[in-house]
Amino acid sequence: MKHTYLAKLLFLLLFVCAGFTSAFAQTGAVSGRVLDEKSQGVPGATVLIEGTTLGSSTNADGTYLIQNVPAGAQTLVTSFVGYNAKRQPVTVTAGQTTALPDISLAENTTLLSEAVVVGYGTQRRQDVTGSIATVSEKQFVQGQVINPEQLIQGKVAGVQITSGGGAPGSASQIRIRGGSSLNANNDPLIVIDGVPVDNSENKGVSNPLTLVNPNDIETFTVLKDASATAIYGSRASNGVILITTKKGLSGEKLRVTLNSQASISEKTKTIKVLSADEYRSVVNSYGNASQKALLGTSNTNWQEEIFRKAYTFDNNLSLIGSVGKLPIRASVGNTSQQGILLTNKLVRNTGSISINPMLLDNHLRIDINAKGSWVDNTFADAGAIGNAARFDPTQPIFTGDDARFGGYYEWLNGDRTLNVNGTRNPLAQLNQKRDRSTAKRAIGNIQFDYKFHFLPELRANLNLGYDLLRSNGTTAVPAFAAIEFSNRGANNIYSQKKDNKLLDFYLEYAKQVGEHRFTVLGGYSYQDFIRDQPLDSYQASADGTIIKAAFPFKTQNTLVSFFGRTTYNFKDRYSLTATLRNDGSSRFPTGNKFGLFPAVGLAWRVKEESFLKNTNLLSDLKLRVGYGVTGQQDIEGAAGNYPFLARYTYGEASASYQFGNEYVMTLRSEGYNTGLKWEETTTYNAGLDYGFLDGRISGAIDVYVRRTDDLLAKVAPQALTNLTNEIITNIGSLENKGIEFSLNTNPVRTNDLNLNLNFNATYNENKITSLGNTLPDFQGYAVGGIGGGVGSNIQVNSVGYTANSFYVQKQVYDANGRPIEGLYADLNGDGKSTIDDRYRYKSPVPKVTLGFGSNATYKKIDLAFTMRANLGNYVYNNINSQQAALSGISTNGFLQNLTPDFYNTNFRGYQLFSDYYVENASFLRMDNITVGYNLRTFAENKSNIRVTAAVQNVFTITKYSGLDPEISSGIDNNFYPRPRTFTLGLNLGF
Amino acid sequence: MKKTFVRGFATLSVAASLLTAATSCVGDLDREPFNEVTSDVVYADPANYKMVLAKLYAGLALSGQTGPSGKPDLSGVDEGFSNYVRQYWSIQELPTDEAVIAWGDDGLQDYHLMNWTSNNPFIRAMYNRIAYQISACNEFIRESTDEKLSGRGITGVNADNIRKYRAEARFLRALSYFHSMDLFGNPPFATENDQVGSFQPRQIPRAELFSYIESELKAIENDLVDARANQYARADKAAAWMLLSKMYLNAEVYTGTPRYTDAITYSSKVINAGYMLQKTATPVSSAYGRNFLADNNTSPEVIFPVAFDGEFTKGYGGTTFIIHAGIVGSMPAAAFGMDGGWGGTRTTSAFFKLFPDTAADRRGRFYTKGQTLEIDNLTEATNGLGVVKFKNITSTGAAGKNLTFPDTDFPMFRLSDAYLTYAEAVLRGGTGGNAGQALTYVNELRTRAYGNSTAGNISASQLTLDFILDERGRELHWEGHRRTDLIRFKKFTTASYLWPWKGGVKEGRAVSDNLNVFPIPSTDLVANPGLKQNPGY
Repeated sequence: MKHTYLAKLLFLLLFVCAGFTSAFAQTGAVSGRVLDEKSQGVPGATVLIEGTTLGSSTNADGTYLIQNVPAGAQTLVTSFVGYNAKRQPVTVTAGQTTALPDISLAENTTLLSEAVVVGYGTQRRQDVTGSIATVSEKQFVQGQVINPEQLIQGKVAGVQITSGGGAPGSASQIRIRGGSSLNANNDPLIVIDGVPVDNSENKGVSNPLTLVNPNDIETFTVLKDASATAIYGSRASNGVILITTKKGLSGEKLRVTLNSQASISEKTKTIKVLSADEYRSVVNSYGNASQKALLGTSNTNWQEEIFRKAYTFDNNLSLIGSVGKLPIRASVGNTSQQGILLTNKLVRNTGSISINPMLLDNHLRIDINAKGSWVDNTFADAGAIGNAARFDPTQPIFTGDDARFGGYYEWLNGDRTLNVNGTRNPLAQLNQKRDRSTAKRAIGNIQFDYKFHFLPELRANLNLGYDLLRSNGTTAVPAFAAIEFSNRGANNIYSQKKDNKLLDFYLEYAKQVGEHRFTVLGGYSYQDFIRDQPLDSYQASADGTIIKAAFPFKTQNTLVSFFGRTTYNFKDRYSLTATLRNDGSSRFPTGNKFGLFPAVGLAWRVKEESFLKNTNLLSDLKLRVGYGVTGQQDIEGAAGNYPFLARYTYGEASASYQFGNEYVMTLRSEGYNTGLKWEETTTYNAGLDYGFLDGRISGAIDVYVRRTDDLLAKVAPQALTNLTNEIITNIGSLENKGIEFSLNTNPVRTNDLNLNLNFNATYNENKITSLGNTLPDFQGYAVGGIGGGVGSNIQVNSVGYTANSFYVQKQVYDANGRPIEGLYADLNGDGKSTIDDRYRYKSPVPKVTLGFGSNATYKKIDLAFTMRANLGNYVYNNINSQQAALSGISTNGFLQNLTPDFYNTNFRGYQLFSDYYVENASFLRMDNITVGYNLRTFAENKSNIRVTAAVQNVFTITKYSGLDPEISSGIDNNFYPRPRTFTLGLNLGF
Repeated sequence: MKKTFVRGFATLSVAASLLTAATSCVGDLDREPFNEVTSDVVYADPANYKMVLAKLYAGLALSGQTGPSGKPDLSGVDEGFSNYVRQYWSIQELPTDEAVIAWGDDGLQDYHLMNWTSNNPFIRAMYNRIAYQISACNEFIRESTDEKLSGRGITGVNADNIRKYRAEARFLRALSYFHSMDLFGNPPFATENDQVGSFQPRQIPRAELFSYIESELKAIENDLVDARANQYARADKAAAWMLLSKMYLNAEVYTGTPRYTDAITYSSKVINAGYMLQKTATPVSSAYGRNFLADNNTSPEVIFPVAFDGEFTKGYGGTTFIIHAGIVGSMPAAAFGMDGGWGGTRTTSAFFKLFPDTAADRRGRFYTKGQTLEIDNLTEATNGLGVVKFKNITSTGAAGKNLTFPDTDFPMFRLSDAYLTYAEAVLRGGTGGNAGQALTYVNELRTRAYGNSTAGNISASQLTLDFILDERGRELHWEGHRRTDLIRFKKFTTASYLWPWKGGVKEGRAVSDNLNVFPIPSTDLVANPGLKQNPGY
């Protein structure tokens, strides 16, 4: 079970390739053209010989040619996303090309017979009982998209994707129907071509998904409710995102596509701070003598200095089709993206190959996918953003006479030594720090799907996958730089190795008896994760002197699962899906390792009943109900991989203790919980899929309740009972309730003009319903660290409130509406103003999220846009709370700038816990507008050129006073601004 | 032929994978850590006991397993704040006349303003740190019994050494229980007989805890190494005696029953153990001042230190905090052997006024330039005088190894404290000592303070209890004793002694007596329903 199957995989690969040399005689070809309702050729439609993988995608003009089709009677199935599929009988003659009449496709957005990717297989959409949303290439967000998850931002009800800021490759927070956990992981499971990928923290990579090229992706399928996700039991509590990459078809002609984009990005605005003159006047009127003496004579706009116009170039070349009978797709991509913050850059090279041969009379299908990427990051110290807003605008960038710190102006003490507390010069911070990393990731799998010769209804599927990551990085700072002055510079290195393996095996039996269709599936899954960081903690000065020796870290965890699923369908009207999964995790103690997760879903296609069958207005109506339990065991971030073992940790040399003349290294006993078990989320879902006017209006409505019990939360154990003060414990419950609504319409459909509009809305309410035993005056568990006070937290997890609610004091205002400094409502009525007067006020989580998009085509021009809105989300303006009080201008012998909010408050001291700083951050954002123009007349209609122009982050409407209202943590501090990006693109296919 | 082969191969490979998978993989759910070690592995090797003991000592000095920070012992609090000495210093000094702090960290100002509640993060951090230290000691004490050692085949010299380690662990536990009793009155209680994670600690009444600590310290007396005979920074018999004498001095506060005679007995044991006052000044330091410098490990009067080192024992607590925070306004950091100040701690005018003549009394060293004597604004670092005491330079003036993390050790117990305990216990009517000796001890401290001059010496009639309190302030200020002393003299909450901003008003005011003990943090009241909150909270 160790590494042997990798060798096996290689061997099989060789063997499979060898298998293709044998050609089959007695074949012919089929050709034709696929048209839409306007009699225009449909490019990219799939044309398939039924029961085989022989097929093709149509060319730019809608024509296709399928070769090597066995002679005799065949059925040609033509399908395309957004259109009803068509079946056409054809008799193929050996050695000839049979020309078929034009096939006209009718548009339909509900696509009932479309195959939907579900866990471990596909289902017909009409049979699906769970809440599943599919987004395919046509609906993807366009423009400059570097991270795959951004392709579906704002496109799916119930899925909230918040980018971490404007840095290239920064991590997004993805939440499906709110977070179901407090301290365990809240990220959905992401499965790429059947391989659940490791999305945990990577050294040297901000966002592990950056390592997948968005251009390789064909569809996203989002599994939202438990009846859909339960098949992934152990890791499905936060929903599942299935990513399917593009694949070639057998018999398809090889086609080449070239995608090229060039972008320019720039900041939209900067944090409002006082100008040099305004600042001088404030210090001169309010400051003391020593503060006035520190003022300089320059006028520096620090924020203008640290940002730049950034360029991005993105080129992708792909090859799709078949070589002989072997379907193949291969692609290479190169992306070079600058960040708008000086020095920041990401360079990515990707390659992918997928081959999908059929062997043994089409009984054995083999899918081989391999994706590799190589990313070089140049990180910029984002602390420079906050420092630029803080740095005294009356000081120059360079001193002109003092060359000690590379010539940069830095705060000094009275004796002209470096003031170590001073705000560091943000330009020096960027230019003197070289922070680079290289990450290489390989994701791949080989999947065998075998239809038994003696029993074709029985299918065996074996999937062997891997997800490997190698990364390393260096941070170099010269000895003279102020940022690392006390360490005499830096020359740090780090590295990480991840080896994740997967084995899935299942058997499925599918049978139709009269009007009864059923499937039974049983399987086994094994996953193993190893992370190795040999250079942890290593720190050296610029000359290489070791400051801290490396302290290696390695960890492993394993999941073993047994699962089963049965589906039953009667008369194509009544569907049932029942799932059972038994999951074992190495993170729990013996006896608690396994959790049992059942789910059941029912669907009723009401439209098919006789009383609705003849209604033309209504084209689809399906009711769905589902119930299921999913498990959560991903507590590595909060408790590591061995939270139940009595164990000891070695201390590093820098944390030794003196015994006489020796320094003794230490061994620390760690806290542990021998009673840990699975956290369980129970989901109830009821949904309705609807369609009107032959699908011109369609969508779904879902209501859900998700209750998490045995919540894995870090809480205080009884003092003295454990070897830590906070331990992960199964305690309490949490609930998410919500409604989702989606609507797709096609209001205008003429020969020249086609307009599609889609809209989705989600209402979600998150509430902690229990944290074990509580007392009336217990405030809950503080979270959400802020700047301005070390160890100060602004948020709290308390029973009866949304997770991460702000916990603040109620500001009292004067008659003019100005906040009165230090005066807060005595909410507990004890006559004193203490921290017990704080109250829970709002949270960073939006109550309502809206997405609105449109695709319009007018002749050869197309236009698409995506808008998003979040309503009811609040942000703590940590910039103002730290920089709008007079005491902020000077501490420890240096000056700091203020924001103009000081003019509103006139606060002398910090009022960090005032609810004045918690602001409504609801917003409406135009994410993206793209215009495209198709030139299809090139090279006798065989080729296609498309040019596009896109603008991203076009505008944002909000009342929030800070830079950007969309901050997932809800704490606005040091935020890397999202740039506005203009992109020109060229798409060439031949 | 080919097809048969392929089919055979496919079936075979599927079957083989399945078989290996099903048999070996459920067993793979028992993963063992790579870098950490399980408890049984640790205690099988006699060499590891010393490393575990080192962690118990480091529990006072460090915040975690990486210096200066990175793998904290405690969560839910800034790692630097979570350090034992830093917390203990803050909770003992900031509510008193000796210290104020400028920072607005959540709940920190509550100390000096005396408006803390059971939700205060700093009180919680102190409570959690003490509980953590006791739990870690319990674990070691449980794993180092004679039965367990012989069960593991550990005998001879190894076993003898481990027996000493175990006595020291019991001392460290007694020390933390003493802090717990002093600060929280009736804290929860557990010993090595309570297994991790499987019991509910009971709340122990203060007097009962007193008896427990007393019995523990007496029980280990024989197992501890003789006074001044152990390795530097490890506890010996004198450390236990000193702790006993401090308990007895305050016994009336803890139990209602005075034990001054015992205080005299045990302080005398310390005094007669061979410690001597540091009496030699150097060109850069007074004799007194040498106890607070980077080479104070050579001081002949330190009974029990918490050791710090710029290379091997680094953290943001302990003397790193005490020295950095005390560098305020225009104080020159370089003169303290540091790379900068944190602009935090100063003192009140009430404390400054304890020194009638700061030129003559070398202990009263204040930084005045740019500082005001009176405090208008607690959060303004230039309000209030700076205190010049702890430094990261040696007695020859050389800076410590590291300008951020001092080598200076924190003197938890010092001979001066034994002298003043003896004197106070005599004055309070304890027997076994005499007033003449008491005066001699006090004047010995004063002679040193006045630069080997008897100009500051006092007469027998001047040696009053009030004088003792003031003298303790002068001699032991910023060493973490003040709050306990003020409570013993009934001056912590009452109107008999007011200092600026006592009780949250500039001129000072009396506050409720319930503030003499801190509240049990609400987090533990929630976790442990068996606990009752202290009165008035």
